[in-house]
Amino acid sequence: MEQIIEFITGPLAYPFMVRGLIAAVLVGVVCAVVGTFVVLRGMAFFGDALSHAILPGLAVGYLYGGGTTDALFWWGLLTAILTSIGIGVISESGEIKEDTAIGIVFAGMFALGIAMISTVRSYAVDLAHILFGNVLGVSVSGLWLITIFGGAVILIILLLYKELVVISFDPVLGATLRLRTTLLHNLLMILIATTIVVSLQTVGVALMLAMLITPAASAYLLTRRLPTMMALAALIGALSGVVGLYLSYYGGIASGAAIVLVCTALFLLAFLFAPGRGWLWGMSWEKLRHAALRSFPTASRQ
Amino acid sequence: MSNPSSSTLPVAVRDLTVAYREEPVLWDIDLDVPPATLMAIVGPNGAGKSTLIKTILGLIEPAAGEVSIFGGTIQEQRRRVGYVPQRGSVDWDFPTNALDVVMMGTYGRLGWFRRPGRGEQAEARQALGDVGMEEFAQRQISQLSGGQQQRVFLARALVQDADIYFMDEPLQGVDATTERAIMSVLRTLRERGRTVVVVHHDLETVAEYFDRVMLLNVRKIAEGPVAEVFTEENLRRTYGGRFALLQAAPVR
Repeated sequence: MEQIIEFITGPLAYPFMVRGLIAAVLVGVVCAVVGTFVVLRGMAFFGDALSHAILPGLAVGYLYGGGTTDALFWWGLLTAILTSIGIGVISESGEIKEDTAIGIVFAGMFALGIAMISTVRSYAVDLAHILFGNVLGVSVSGLWLITIFGGAVILIILLLYKELVVISFDPVLGATLRLRTTLLHNLLMILIATTIVVSLQTVGVALMLAMLITPAASAYLLTRRLPTMMALAALIGALSGVVGLYLSYYGGIASGAAIVLVCTALFLLAFLFAPGRGWLWGMSWEKLRHAALRSFPTASRQ
Repeated sequence: MSNPSSSTLPVAVRDLTVAYREEPVLWDIDLDVPPATLMAIVGPNGAGKSTLIKTILGLIEPAAGEVSIFGGTIQEQRRRVGYVPQRGSVDWDFPTNALDVVMMGTYGRLGWFRRPGRGEQAEARQALGDVGMEEFAQRQISQLSGGQQQRVFLARALVQDADIYFMDEPLQGVDATTERAIMSVLRTLRERGRTVVVVHHDLETVAEYFDRVMLLNVRKIAEGPVAEVFTEENLRRTYGGRFALLQAAPVR
């Protein structure tokens, strides 16, 4: 028993570990709530692109803003919002399909960011922190930024919940109810952008997408009600943050990767065992054996 | 012919032309729909039936012409207008149940930030009852049959408590129970003085179900009481050569 308590409280002796845990929980919750709409509206590629496309903003904050949390945050947010607008303008022109427009902007911006960062000598280390996050380096002011902006994102989603649900489920109804569907869509993109920027330090640019979609997708498999899905996604996101950090502490694994791997493992559990919908649900050993024989026909001959 | 802005008819359309990339899909349409009427819009695929409804609803910008709803613009009268889209227009795997979908019909009058309360929930249950779906209130929408999904859409329009309804193929591919339930609701709406405009595909049931009919194929071929305009001659002009294939339809 003492060993279990020691196992849990041991890392808490380090202030950076406590700050990291708080950050991971907050980010897990905010990403999961926003991610629910990303998953339901099929915006995963947009989310991935946006998180990569803010790299030049981070580079400017890093090279000219002294690399403080504030400088990275504001330059990142500005770049994210400009990128969303850019994608919107290119795809609304109607000449190019939206996913192509997203791909072009995404890769171009990402390349620009790498080019800028490559001009400094400590290139490899700095780039690694931005790409993969450094949750154990979160400062107190960084925590405040996550709390204030993450809280604002969740508050706006709660206030506009019914409007966001209508434009996600039935945009035509939204239009006939005169719900300002374009405004709401743009607002949702800004909420996604803000979420990505506040979450950057935990998992970094490259793994951001997992925090947005994996907990929400797991929750989608476990319930058929949207409020429950959001709550479950938030729980899964927070749990992944905590378990991932302990895994990182004891296993010596990079923290961002550990958090994402826990998210993925929880998704696999949901995918296999979700009541009524899981892949293994209702499977008998007999059916499993048949499935295995079909997949590996040579096994039956042995 | 009266100016649409001085008309207080449920729908008055003048000289309406709609084009996609230079190609006209609706050409110079005039239409007056009187109150307390069930009206069908019929015509071949690509005739512009859905486009006409969407343009009246302000979802598509016309190239020319005017639309008035009870003497005002659609923006002014939106609370008095209900719309039942084609069933295929939404994702039925969305994590929500029948009752919540029906409650969406109250969102227009709730306004920003306000949540639906007990009153809205009671209205939604009542509307589900009106379409014979009360026992499916808590059912996830993907677990409903096509006909039941269509009735959920109709119930959602009912809680909007509109004065005029536009419905896009509400009877397409539904079971007989659903068809009876929907038609009984439409007749009740007419008895209460409401107007319902329905895009309809089944020529056999036009005479039985509707008071007025509009025959449409990019242009308006004919429009008026079913007994007067639903003739073989007009159908031939609407459907062209394809009408030979539809000969089974009992036509006056």
